[in-house]
Amino acid sequence: MSARRLVGLETEYGIIRPGMPKANATVLSAQIVDSYAQLVAQGDARVQGARWDYADESPLQDARGFAINRADAHPSQLTDVEPDQQEGIWTAESIALSGNDARIGSTLYQEKDTTDVVMNMVLGNGARLYVDHAHPEYSSPESTSPRAAVLWDQAGDEVMRRAADSAQRLGGGQLLLYKNNTDNKSVSYGAHENYLVPRAVEFSALVSGLTPFFATRQIFCGAGRVGRGMLGERAEFQISQRADFFEAEVGLETTINRPIINTRDEPHAVWDKYRRLHVIIGDANLGQISTLLRVGTTNLVLSLIEAGLAPALELEDPVAALQQISHDPSLATAVRLRGGRRLSAIQIQREYLLAAQGYCASRGIEDADTAEILQRWEAVLDLLERDPLLAADQVDWIAKYKLVTSFAQRHGLGLDDPRIGLMDLQWADLRQDKGLYYRLAARGAMQSLFSQEQINQAVAAPPEDTRAYLRGMTLQRYAPYVVAANWDALTFAVPGARRVNRVFLSEPLGGSRKDVGRLFEANLEIDEFINKLAPRA
Amino acid sequence: MTQESFSSRRQSETQEHAEQIQVNTTGQSAGVDDLLDEIDSVLESNAEEFVRGFVQKGGQ
Repeated sequence: MSARRLVGLETEYGIIRPGMPKANATVLSAQIVDSYAQLVAQGDARVQGARWDYADESPLQDARGFAINRADAHPSQLTDVEPDQQEGIWTAESIALSGNDARIGSTLYQEKDTTDVVMNMVLGNGARLYVDHAHPEYSSPESTSPRAAVLWDQAGDEVMRRAADSAQRLGGGQLLLYKNNTDNKSVSYGAHENYLVPRAVEFSALVSGLTPFFATRQIFCGAGRVGRGMLGERAEFQISQRADFFEAEVGLETTINRPIINTRDEPHAVWDKYRRLHVIIGDANLGQISTLLRVGTTNLVLSLIEAGLAPALELEDPVAALQQISHDPSLATAVRLRGGRRLSAIQIQREYLLAAQGYCASRGIEDADTAEILQRWEAVLDLLERDPLLAADQVDWIAKYKLVTSFAQRHGLGLDDPRIGLMDLQWADLRQDKGLYYRLAARGAMQSLFSQEQINQAVAAPPEDTRAYLRGMTLQRYAPYVVAANWDALTFAVPGARRVNRVFLSEPLGGSRKDVGRLFEANLEIDEFINKLAPRA
Repeated sequence: MTQESFSSRRQSETQEHAEQIQVNTTGQSAGVDDLLDEIDSVLESNAEEFVRGFVQKGGQ
């Protein structure tokens, strides 16, 4: 039981080409990935990359113990096929292009040989950068502490910024990226969290233990949104970007009929031993403290569930509760539990906090990460209870709320003023001179954990205590020989060898610096490196 | 540590904590005011058109 756990965070970024609202989003996204690949190719910033290997993906496996028939799946669920690799079946690219859009090659990439466009790569810090449907996505390398999860998530924002800069320098025009989750016009895109959980834990225990927690944690990690409903039909402020796009309690889908608990079951690790809990309910956070709280408290709640000690709370209607809480920035709303009791989001969070504090105290658990999360969790709930505005320097939605409402007051505007809508959007602009989050943070108005210099280092270097170390370092040192890479394997082709060598990384904590650091220090030739690596897999 | 000195330490910590919050809040508000003073030069021009142009395709 602690706040430490293997975690990876994925972010799909909003993307536009200013002045060209009809530009093909998949083409723009591919341009981001391709431009970053060119930075890598130029040896810029010590960021090496390789093609992604789809062999391990099984998106139709359900954590409740069954797989769905491929033919029954919504095309957007088929994430395990390399774009354009197979004819006659939906691919990520053809899904994104299935509307009225032109195909790659007929518009923005006219002058280019489309086979050269990189859709998918692995980075020298162990992350994955690729085109997911119609968005560029960064999936952070696996890390083991909430702070490390924040650092490599922030590194993803920096990767995206550099990619957009690179695209512009290469003559590809301006691309604007947004770390948000909706266009306020019916579309939402995700910021998913992945937590390693022992397979022995019953999935039903995860569902019952997590649902009230997920419906309420938004009060300290929501990103804030001006807009109500999937279409943003009313200009009202709400806590969460994602809440109005959720329609189910449990399910396998991620793009339609979204569930609070997603059952996708691809551990990318030893199947019998692990489950990868795929969390799709969260907002993408620009703020470092909101991200820290989101990951750290979720880690603690998972530990409570594993110990059989999660609070016995059951919401009468979880989806409705999620939305009612999101729609009330005063945090006064109480939601109905089964049995008739009504509790506010703060009260529900306190039940989880108390359970975690009690368990950690009784077992003498006092590692620095756990102590920090317990302390911050309690402190933020205390502030929210006194006055949510007191937490404006650490909670994303409150910082945004304060900024837009202060602006509205100053000029006597309603939230339906176009400039308020623009502030809501531009809050998440990744450019540090334009993004309102960054402009506010530059004035010291947002608490932070990491400096820009530390974030830059995390763009170039992997976490040292997981297999991301082996993956990232291998790409930094031996990229020319890596023909494919994914979460749990690296495939090498060595000149003169009769076949490719595949090295499996099924243990997420294997391949750490402690395990394999000496191999990199020894500066081995590639065949020697593979020989020494192979017995470990 | 005696109970008495423990509780007096707790009290002074609580006061410090309260002061800390006061300072943070003041600094945060100053940051917001400061940003709003120059918001016109930061915001994209033609707000309505810009927001209308932010159209995304489906995601997960």
